[in-house]
Amino acid sequence: MTAASEILRIEGLHKTFGNLDVLQGIDLRVTAGETVVVLGSSGSGKSTLLRCVNFMETPTRGKVYLHGNLVGTEQDGRMHYRESELCRLRTRIGMVFQHFNLFPHMTVLQNVKEGQVTVLKRDKSEAEAKAMAQLERVGLAEKASEYPARLSGGQKQRVAIARALAMDPDVMLFDEVTSALDPELVGEVLKTIRQLAEEGMTMLVVTHELGFAYHVANRVLFLNEGRVHEQGEPHVILKSPATRRMREFLDGHSLFKLPD
Amino acid sequence: MEHNWDFVTIFEHRHVLWVGVKGTVVIFVVTVALGLAGGLVVGIARYARTPFIGWPARVFVEVFRNTPVLVQIIWFFYAFPILTGIDVDPFLAAVLGISLNTMAFSAEIYRAGIQSVEPGQWEAGKAIGMTYIQTMRRIVLPVAIKRVLPALTNRGIEVFKMSTLASVVAYVETLNQAKLIADLNFNPIESYTAVALIFFVVLYPVVQGTYVLERVLRKSE
Repeated sequence: MTAASEILRIEGLHKTFGNLDVLQGIDLRVTAGETVVVLGSSGSGKSTLLRCVNFMETPTRGKVYLHGNLVGTEQDGRMHYRESELCRLRTRIGMVFQHFNLFPHMTVLQNVKEGQVTVLKRDKSEAEAKAMAQLERVGLAEKASEYPARLSGGQKQRVAIARALAMDPDVMLFDEVTSALDPELVGEVLKTIRQLAEEGMTMLVVTHELGFAYHVANRVLFLNEGRVHEQGEPHVILKSPATRRMREFLDGHSLFKLPD
Repeated sequence: MEHNWDFVTIFEHRHVLWVGVKGTVVIFVVTVALGLAGGLVVGIARYARTPFIGWPARVFVEVFRNTPVLVQIIWFFYAFPILTGIDVDPFLAAVLGISLNTMAFSAEIYRAGIQSVEPGQWEAGKAIGMTYIQTMRRIVLPVAIKRVLPALTNRGIEVFKMSTLASVVAYVETLNQAKLIADLNFNPIESYTAVALIFFVVLYPVVQGTYVLERVLRKSE
């Protein structure tokens, strides 16, 4: 791996809420086209890690680099962030949420156009073409004029993915995007994300879907108590974890597996 | 008690009432526009986390929500000119009293609407690079205002009725003109009944309309 292909780098990331140390020094490097899956039990800090990458939460300590450029400025040993810089950064980093968060007063098409027009100042026709192309990509072009309330959970989530993709981000963050879905709708969303992985999108995915991690991830990170407890290639780390904590975590997930 | 109803004199003086109705419409349009627009600004300020913005807005709301409109109108007409040396005519005094009060009340309505919008909407706006102002304007306010539309129309109806308070400083509106007719013809019962009827005839269809509006909005949620 050459330094040129590095998209995202995180160094010594700490996040404290009150007296709760959620992240206690995370280092992570994501290269172009890589899919990194983050696993961990609830409270392990995996969502917070994701939210610190695009500064939905401001890290307490540590540094984030996008394309090798440090986000914010360092002064007197502390990081300072300007809101305008963070807004620009967030256009480069797409995020998809557990609860979709589609804009209810806008049609599917308007949802996907909104950021392009309001933030990127693309002209309307260009934004519309782009939005349609992204809806096509997630297989929902025919729903363009529907309102979100008329879509299933799986469709909503795919629109949310299209909305993030329409900004042409360098990296996508997925924050437990299938956790709020009916089991039968999980597949269509995972399939969409897998397709993105195959198209070479750089992604950081927080999920509980071990099967997805196994088949799609280039690398799996296991977070425990705010630290990277174990990491490696999925077929190694998921089959024969090195640590007891990770083995317990995996056992908990496969407690009721069907017999072979 | 026997009362000899005399609505004929009222009808003969209908042009006097008509002048009053026009005065009512003028002050209603001005105060409802100022009140609801200004209320939006105060409501957003009230929601702001910056204390320099949030606190003055809060003080404003509390002052005007907790004092009677009638007293505010009288105060602006009699006390304000003495304290500041600025001349205030009846129209201005009534506009100040009613619209500032409406701003305070509607500010709380807007704030409740803004707070009712799911935090996820703020996050979604932020995540695609929107600023606070862009998210407020494009995402949060459209949803918030739609939700509080029934409450705002109720405020509008209140403002329409509140316009009669302007008669206390002799602003020419419906109640003021009715008083004139009553004084000339010694028929206060008919005069004031006529005022009540005029307001009822105007507002009844409006209120029915708000019921329809509420139903339509609930269905579209």
